[in-house]
Amino acid sequence: MTTMNVRRGPEYTRILGLGVARGENAVPNDDLIEPINSSDEWIRKMTGIVTRVRADQDTSVLDLSERAARDAIAQAGIDPSEIDAVILSTISYPHITPGGAPILADRLGATHAAAFDISAACAGYCYGIGQGDALVRSGASKYTLVIGAEKLSDWVDPADRSISYLLGDGAGAVVIGASDTPGIGPTVWGSEGDGANLIYQTSSWLDIRDDRETPFPTLRQEGPSVFKWASFKMPKIALEAIEAAGVTPADIKAFIPHQANVRIIDQMVKQIGLPKHVAIAKDIVDSGNTSAASIPLATERLLRDGDAKSGDLALQIGFGAGLVYAAQVIALP
Amino acid sequence: MALSENEVLEGLAEIVVDETGIDAAEVTLEKSFTDDLDIDSLSMMTIVTLAEEKFDVRIPDEDVKNLVTVGDAVTYITGAQA
Repeated sequence: MTTMNVRRGPEYTRILGLGVARGENAVPNDDLIEPINSSDEWIRKMTGIVTRVRADQDTSVLDLSERAARDAIAQAGIDPSEIDAVILSTISYPHITPGGAPILADRLGATHAAAFDISAACAGYCYGIGQGDALVRSGASKYTLVIGAEKLSDWVDPADRSISYLLGDGAGAVVIGASDTPGIGPTVWGSEGDGANLIYQTSSWLDIRDDRETPFPTLRQEGPSVFKWASFKMPKIALEAIEAAGVTPADIKAFIPHQANVRIIDQMVKQIGLPKHVAIAKDIVDSGNTSAASIPLATERLLRDGDAKSGDLALQIGFGAGLVYAAQVIALP
Repeated sequence: MALSENEVLEGLAEIVVDETGIDAAEVTLEKSFTDDLDIDSLSMMTIVTLAEEKFDVRIPDEDVKNLVTVGDAVTYITGAQA
């Protein structure tokens, strides 16, 4: 009987390069408080956010992605043509089809790469890392480019008090390739679709087709319920990721959760029981909540500020609309 | 064995003190979480979650808005105990 060949890849992978792009404008709380009848003090108390980065009107999700990806590819020290898979994680790319990833791949010079978008909201970057790791280890890809990119400012309602004022724009990209030692631990991921009503867009495209009076869709959340879910259930997922990697909290040098809210981050740290030496990423204070981009942006910030260094083990966890979540321990690039 | 209202109040006060840093003597039945104890919606969710764990009860998110006073919470928890 004829048997087919199967591909096999390297045993281990790691992140070879990281690049980021932030929205060009730091928007202070004072610029947003009037339509929501709030104050700088209240936003800081409830979220920890001081500014959020928002892109110029003519900057697109793909522009942010390209800037981040070019830096990631340069740091990885490879030629763009060597990238054979591009995964773009976004919820704010404004086209149902075609996806953004093929266009991005072409712009970068990864002209024949497999390229596709994934929609996993604020867990999207960690979903992408899990897929990139699996593609390379399976032999399906030699170098996978994973990008988390959002221009959420296109999807906010200035009068919304639930989520809009948290949101910012940015992109983070990494190149994943083979490694002599383990650089990406097992991904612990999942979903809870019964919580789909907790973070959502106000209307579907069909609602707008059927009633032209329907406002352009924007994002909303049930804040306290999301807080409870993220603060108390996600630490269990984070601990599973640590255990799956075969390490202990004492081995972790940095904690890089999705930058949803400083109050969530602080409660997660408490619930996980992270040791005092662990650097806690709080890029949200200056960058806001950038959904799929927030973890790579926060990673870049930790490295730039010297709070963590290349090779350190970091615990990262994304969680958000779906509900969806994913976590893994990685070696920092 | 189900706890009495006084025992629930005592346990709830411990949680509130831990979350907010206010004096335990402040946590009395008639006090409003929001107006008297200055507890915001996220701290309230923390208190509710820790109370669920401590008293082995379930408090659905949609019921939290009905817990206006400490007494409301004590009554709810006492009634929800198996």
